[in-house]
Amino acid sequence: MESFVILLSLFALAVFLGVELITKVPPTLHTPLMSGSNAISGITVVGAILAAGSGPDSGALVQALGFIAIVFATINVVGGFWVTNRMLSMFKRRG
Amino acid sequence: MNSMVINLFYLLSALLFVVGIKGLTRPKTATRGNRLAALGMLLAIVVTLLDKQVIRYELVAAGLLLGAVIGGVLAVKVQMTSMPQMVAILNGLGGGASLGVAAASYFSLLAQGSELSGSAMLVANASMMLTVLIGTLTFSGSAVAFGKLQEILPGQPMGFSGIKYINLMLLVVAVATGWMLTTGQLGSGGFVLLVAVALVLGVTLVMPIGGADMPVVIALLNSYSGIAAAAAGFIMGNNVLIVSGALVGASGIILTRIMCVAMNRSLANVLFGKMAEADGNTIDADEVYAGKVTSSTPDEVSMLLEDAGRVVIVPGFGMAMAQAQHAVRELADTLQSRGTVVEFAIHPVAGRMPGHMNVLLAEAEVEYDAMKTMEQSNPNFSKTDVAIVIGANDVTNPMAREDKGSPIYGMPILDVDQARNVVIVKRSLSPGFAGLPNPLFARDNAVMLFGDGKQAIMDLTAALHEAA
Repeated sequence: MESFVILLSLFALAVFLGVELITKVPPTLHTPLMSGSNAISGITVVGAILAAGSGPDSGALVQALGFIAIVFATINVVGGFWVTNRMLSMFKRRG
Repeated sequence: MNSMVINLFYLLSALLFVVGIKGLTRPKTATRGNRLAALGMLLAIVVTLLDKQVIRYELVAAGLLLGAVIGGVLAVKVQMTSMPQMVAILNGLGGGASLGVAAASYFSLLAQGSELSGSAMLVANASMMLTVLIGTLTFSGSAVAFGKLQEILPGQPMGFSGIKYINLMLLVVAVATGWMLTTGQLGSGGFVLLVAVALVLGVTLVMPIGGADMPVVIALLNSYSGIAAAAAGFIMGNNVLIVSGALVGASGIILTRIMCVAMNRSLANVLFGKMAEADGNTIDADEVYAGKVTSSTPDEVSMLLEDAGRVVIVPGFGMAMAQAQHAVRELADTLQSRGTVVEFAIHPVAGRMPGHMNVLLAEAEVEYDAMKTMEQSNPNFSKTDVAIVIGANDVTNPMAREDKGSPIYGMPILDVDQARNVVIVKRSLSPGFAGLPNPLFARDNAVMLFGDGKQAIMDLTAALHEAA
């Protein structure tokens, strides 16, 4: 329970930090912000790797679910960061 | 590696995410910010691979490779006009991944039992069910949003007025099922039920929301995908998941709020489709336009532009659909080469997601400094010689300011009618998303330039060149 409270505090602080940071993003960059922050939400890949790689005694179903989660999260991560980079390089070209 | 070292590396990657998002607050540092965040992700993945729990590398490697190839192809191939669909897919996959992680944890516990007990067990279980609920509805909701944006599904609101009660009922069933699973009163059958209910809820939540409200839906789903990731972090007690999920959740919520303010609507209004059921007094388009609409030609408009010292271009999604952004930039370049000041005035909900129009203009190499927000543009319209409206309708409709009975009353608009001359490039007098006639078209200082957006702009540019 104690560790839950610590994690909850971490969550609450991160939300406030997020709000502070993101209100400063100009409207022009809102779409890249969205695809970029989305890529960050692909951090679930960490949990997916632990599930899929957890070895034979966890069962085939767990590994299959973990594998699907890895694929989804990696699409999210690679697609998200890459397309954000593509958009941002367009903003740089002339401006 | 021991878990303390791993957690310290996770902290480092969370910090890189924070620094990365901070970079996005300025166009100059944005690219570097994005790269730093990507570096943080790489670090988190590598460190996780070194975790002693991971022993089956071939499965992990195959998943990473497959995902990377699909993600890379999507990122390279997607057109800028399709960016909202892309983000919808990414949101959905993020939610789906969190669902996968939660389901894997559930079945793993079912098979092996847990080392946890008492309240710690309760927290882990409750987080699991919350992750399943949010992850699943993000997944199916994003699929519907994608379908609407891609025009596989009809864009107009679908459903019936009682759908909100059904949604409420589904939510109650989902929460009750989740709670019974948490306390161990239900087994794997209950788990499947929870997933099924959440899948349906995602669909019935997004179905009734119309195309005009898509920027809100996309932003909201973005937030959900982050919250799902954070909830998955609570299952495993993983700090980097919690911090990153919270950052994304906050980002989505703020953008949702910005979009709602831009349309003068409450979130509840959007979610329950208030606008679709708007009051009965329809406004007769013929009455608004009768004999008061002036049609013009590219030559006439070019004469206006020749003498203009200051021109403001107001783009809408119609410009993007006509692929006219490059033609528009050429017109702007031509005007600038004649010494005219040219700016772009961009309404927050122009396009189909927050900031979408800016990306489309950036693609056409419009300079960052020439793109102005609604707040920056409005005070200057009275000093503007010509405002050119291309494919934007509702966001320039003076009814929002003047007609208390209209459904869009109170929505902040671009005050283009205060410019000396207004040129509206449009195919016909047809209404926009809101289905309302636009009295702007009938104003004395406004002329219509009927035709295809791209062709009309190219004709204008050609006429200007002839004059030079």
